[in-house]
Amino acid sequence: MKLMLHVAPKIVRQPLISSVIIETSALINIERASIDAVSGEIVIEVSPDKCQEVREAFERRGVQVLMLEMPVIRDEEECVHCGACVSICPTGTFRFEDWVVVADSGKCIQCGACVVACPHRALRLVLKQPQMDETNTIGP
Amino acid sequence: MEEKSLVEINERIRDGSVKVVTAEEMPDLVDELGPAGAVREVDVVTTGTFGAMCSSGVFLNLGHSDPPIKISRAYLNQVEAYGGIAAVDLFLGATQPSLDRGAEYGGAHVIEDLVAGKHIEVDAEGPGTDCYPRLDLETSLRLDDFNQATMVNPRNAYQNYNAAINSSERTLHTYMGTLLPRNGNIHYSGAGILNPISNDPEFEYIGMGTRIFLGGGQGYIIGSGTQHDPESGFSTLMVTGDLKGMSSDYLRAATFHRYGPTLYVGIGVPIPMLNEKMARNAAIRDEDIITSIVDYGVPRRTRPLVRQVSYKELKSGLVEIEGRDVKTSPLSSYHHARMISKALKASIEAGEFPLTAQAVPLPRIGSCRPMRQTKEYPLVSDVMSRDVLTVREDIGIEAAAKAIVKGSFDHLPIVNDRGRLIGIVTSWDISKAVAMGGIAKVSEIMSKHVYSARLDEPIELAARTLDTHSISALPVVDKECQVIGMITSNHLSRLFARRRSH
Repeated sequence: MKLMLHVAPKIVRQPLISSVIIETSALINIERASIDAVSGEIVIEVSPDKCQEVREAFERRGVQVLMLEMPVIRDEEECVHCGACVSICPTGTFRFEDWVVVADSGKCIQCGACVVACPHRALRLVLKQPQMDETNTIGP
Repeated sequence: MEEKSLVEINERIRDGSVKVVTAEEMPDLVDELGPAGAVREVDVVTTGTFGAMCSSGVFLNLGHSDPPIKISRAYLNQVEAYGGIAAVDLFLGATQPSLDRGAEYGGAHVIEDLVAGKHIEVDAEGPGTDCYPRLDLETSLRLDDFNQATMVNPRNAYQNYNAAINSSERTLHTYMGTLLPRNGNIHYSGAGILNPISNDPEFEYIGMGTRIFLGGGQGYIIGSGTQHDPESGFSTLMVTGDLKGMSSDYLRAATFHRYGPTLYVGIGVPIPMLNEKMARNAAIRDEDIITSIVDYGVPRRTRPLVRQVSYKELKSGLVEIEGRDVKTSPLSSYHHARMISKALKASIEAGEFPLTAQAVPLPRIGSCRPMRQTKEYPLVSDVMSRDVLTVREDIGIEAAAKAIVKGSFDHLPIVNDRGRLIGIVTSWDISKAVAMGGIAKVSEIMSKHVYSARLDEPIELAARTLDTHSISALPVVDKECQVIGMITSNHLSRLFARRRSH
């Protein structure tokens, strides 16, 4: 499971990940981290059985945690449901439901093929270009 | 024979009693009621399509500045618009890329931004004349600031379009989207059952002057579009409409990766049910609309036909190619095509969309001819070397080294026992093998992914293959994949030098 951590400025200097690892004994893989003067944004991978425990441990430390059920995000304003993403996805993440493009959460392997193929530039990989404020996570 | 007149239908539109169905609903109605019954029951069938329509653009009149300028060159948000018409008229084409953002922002994006009410930065230059002394100009304009913003699209709403597949070894980025190698996917375009011309293929109603739904507003068909090819079932429309009445719900800029910008245009044409023939035509279904799947892996004007296919099969998501199910997906939006057919239906029912009599029907005769090319361009066979040496895969490194020394190239094509090209080694590969030691056969070091050229290929394409893959030589093969020559970057530079010296 992938979790996105939003770390507020006042706790950004604390060894949050280390302390969570010690507390939970979870194996955590850091996929991406960007920390600057005002805030931090970290994406971690953790096994499903430890996911809830890790999530609660971060939340107790004041970290805002977002489950990335769908690593690719879609700008609903831009998507016209053309379907250019459907046949190029190697894992069949996208399909039509009555001609509306829907995505099956969990199938995405973040290869990025759909991001390039989308003529309307409606798709982005969360881990590479996080702009959660403008977009909605797609999924059931 | 059941008939009714356009005047009667317009009367019903005015008094609110008009019966409208979408082209999706019509086939079942005709099956149930028969054509005569359908003409009695239905007054208008609405169609819709929403897809990439590259041949689109807008005439803009900026009004005169003080002192006035005769614009020769103009940029709107860094996208060049054609300035060769009068002083302050411009034509902005949808596929023009911007100077600063390239293909990611183009004419189509400027059009969408204008419709969305955004400011556009205008930079213009003029030659300076006694009547138009000004030399340059910068201003910021919104759609309302233009005197006229008139969309004129030379070729829209194709009756039919070939579906695309790619048999080659590399991913292609085309105006038909991303085409995966080795027939990895099929892309198609078009609304099928909802397509405007497919529902009136003989232009009983569609003609010059027909009022249509265009980009969320009302527009008109000016005539047949460019490349109008009714004899092959590839008719097109030329359309116009006031951009100021349009909506960014139905005009959307897009960029096809490594192709460029384009505009998704929403078009809907109402078709009155004046007689039984028109009802039968409007009863067309996806299974009746046949198109061709063609191979974009062959970069020529006439791309090889892979098979014929119906829109029903294309829309099913899987089409069988050479015994294997290949995934299909559209590039046009059926979701939006359906929205358009419904919006047009609502607009007619609300009395806002009276139907028009055509001034002239669209031509039913004509075809799209290829370009007459008066200058001959050399083919691979004109410049390649024919004295190419090939070796079998099981020869040793030393023998391969000798073959390279004996031959005239740095490249040595490797063939199997039937003479088919299966790999290539360069003198660098051999030097490396010798330096490393312990390598017995040439098959251990050869590149198995070998690009080749065809005899009848224009050298332009061979040059592009060399450039795309950063290589310097291509074996030339015949249809049986037998090596019959070699073309190298040296051949091309010699040719270029000769041309320059002429």
